[in-house]
Amino acid sequence: MSQTTDLIKYTLQIADNALVLGHRLSEWCGHGPILEQDIAITNIALDHLGQARSLYQYAAELFNNLPLVEKNDLFASAVLQQKINAEEPLDEDDLAYLRDGWDFRNVQLVEQPNKDWAYTVARSFFYDSFNFHFYTALQNSADKTLAAIAEKSLKEVAYHLRWSSEWVVRLGDGTAESHERMQTAINDYWMYTGELVTMSEADTAALNTGNGVAATALKQKWDEQVNAVLQEATLARPEDGWMQQGGKDGRHTEHLGYILAELQFMQRAYPNMEW
Amino acid sequence: MTTSNKAEWPLWEVFIRSKAGLDHKHAGSLHAADAEMAIENARDVYTRRMEGVSIWVVESKYIHASDPGESESLYDPANDKVYRHPTFYNLPDELKHM
Repeated sequence: MSQTTDLIKYTLQIADNALVLGHRLSEWCGHGPILEQDIAITNIALDHLGQARSLYQYAAELFNNLPLVEKNDLFASAVLQQKINAEEPLDEDDLAYLRDGWDFRNVQLVEQPNKDWAYTVARSFFYDSFNFHFYTALQNSADKTLAAIAEKSLKEVAYHLRWSSEWVVRLGDGTAESHERMQTAINDYWMYTGELVTMSEADTAALNTGNGVAATALKQKWDEQVNAVLQEATLARPEDGWMQQGGKDGRHTEHLGYILAELQFMQRAYPNMEW
Repeated sequence: MTTSNKAEWPLWEVFIRSKAGLDHKHAGSLHAADAEMAIENARDVYTRRMEGVSIWVVESKYIHASDPGESESLYDPANDKVYRHPTFYNLPDELKHM
């Protein structure tokens, strides 16, 4: 495995988080609890999608410059293999629409279902609390493209964190029912938070080359962020028990397949379709 | 959340300043639970296409409006008061930009 392959994997980790969470949030479009929040959450979904596009474009550019033997090793997805063997270059759409689930490197947290507003807010809050500090640190990446994407994205992410934190407080410190439902959501999705700050192979490789961020070093900042908001929201912080792992290495929960089925259907059924 | 609870979110009037130096202008109204949420909702609803650099919100109930039924007595009397416009002064020739 070359340094470039490691960098592609690392870039895909970030990109897939953005795409999958963006897709999840976009499922609220037209279903928000109130018109203004429907627009807010759809705006945020589009922010994530925009970040995903920049990252996929970069990953595709890196990929197309790899020697053929390394290209063949990177993805198991059959349709991508066909393209690679036909010596066709890949683009952002290929990476989003033609990769199978086991080639996706997003954390399991972001693929968890929306369920209700409290679960949606909890998932975003956990992720935004990580993402804000992650992009802050990634601005210092030795890789100029990742650093630039981080700098541009950080403004959006700062707003995401503000939005999700306020909703945690609003529901947690709201009525008895909203408090209970927010606490339940926090408790249920807690086991997916550990993966954010656990190093994958791609994380370690990126850290060693100066391209990446030490995910484990973000744990303390994530804790401080989350603790402060939970306290303000009068919510209890769950115990750090068993944490789910594997998304960054392509091992996902049952939910990712359904997301991809919906997300990828059109390009799979009608290849190269544009509209 | 029941329908009646939704109706409890008050209505807010939104004023947007398009760029530094210009006035805040009424952009529209929206529902929000409090001022903070109203500003954020305004940001998402009214500044998505770079329309603004500053937002004011005020709860609609604090806006006091003139009565449309009184418009004749309030505004019509100004119709024949042309002397209120400063158009009757002879300007010196040196003044070019008035």
